[in-house]
Amino acid sequence: MSNRAKLFIPAVFFVAMLGLLFYGLGQNPNLVPSALVNRPLPEFSLPSLFETNGVVGSEQLKGGIYLVNFWATWCAPCHVEHPYLVEISERETDITFVGVNYKDDIDDAREFLGERGNPFKLSLVDANGSLGIDFGVAGAPETFLVDQSGTIRYKHVGVIDNRVWDEVFVPLLAELR
Amino acid sequence: MLKYLFKRFALLLLAAVVMLPVFAAIEEIEFADDEQKARYQALIAELRCPMCLNSNLAGSDAPIAADLRAEIHEQILAGNSDDQILAFLVDRYGQFILYKPRLQAATALLWFAPPLLLLAGFFIMRRMLSNRRQLAAEQGSLSEQEQQRLQALLGNAGDSNTDKNNKNDDMTGANRG
Repeated sequence: MSNRAKLFIPAVFFVAMLGLLFYGLGQNPNLVPSALVNRPLPEFSLPSLFETNGVVGSEQLKGGIYLVNFWATWCAPCHVEHPYLVEISERETDITFVGVNYKDDIDDAREFLGERGNPFKLSLVDANGSLGIDFGVAGAPETFLVDQSGTIRYKHVGVIDNRVWDEVFVPLLAELR
Repeated sequence: MLKYLFKRFALLLLAAVVMLPVFAAIEEIEFADDEQKARYQALIAELRCPMCLNSNLAGSDAPIAADLRAEIHEQILAGNSDDQILAFLVDRYGQFILYKPRLQAATALLWFAPPLLLLAGFFIMRRMLSNRRQLAAEQGSLSEQEQQRLQALLGNAGDSNTDKNNKNDDMTGANRG
């Protein structure tokens, strides 16, 4: 390589670094890959939200497609997400929606679902957030897609709306069905 | 008067913001002995808050950080080792939660790239310096012809001190570097 060409090496390196940093700016830093994807659903047994003394256990989530949604009435994005969940649960009848009421006031939660519709076939209470820790949840809403073998296939952080559903969940579901 | 009040208020606000991290660190926690307390402090300092990304568990106000601190506290009291606690958290939140990632195939680049780049930089610098020294050595010794020309020019400079000659001298000087 001629000496003149060598002079351009730092410039090329600089532009490459700039490109890398610019690419990094476009990435969402909140999208941390979940440690639980492609791992079996954590085992749990927690009180049901609606049945007094009722219990919802992980063994009930077998043999079908499940959507486990961590939500709370104190979580503003959950309010945004809720009507979409109701609509999608009515449309996608082969998916069982499981609601984990996360560190919430139980009465508020019951009232919320009573007033605005309940997309969840199973509702359980994670009062102190321990199930959240087992799922590697950082906040609400977070949603896990569980396949027929009880394996977590995908974790979604943040609101699920129609666009997210069509772009992210529909292709994943096509693989599972 | 109003301006004065506003200034005082702004100062107070600033003080509150500056003091936030101090408030965050205060939490009632009890341990059996000082060793447990030291382990707790070390763990929450080296673990990353999964919600806020750029702060450790010790310095974060996020609810999940408080939950994880409580979890770590409980596990220390239950007699779990640091390794067990770290394994528990990595299992759920992934490598991401460790500010100091483990040395693995996936993280090798993270660990070795900086020293390798430093080493590469060192070698490039050494080569450039030795090249320059070699060049200087080659150019430093003039051939017999050049010596004669130099003497002639220096002799000339004595009698006809025109602008044109000066320019030529400067240029030859610059070329010799």
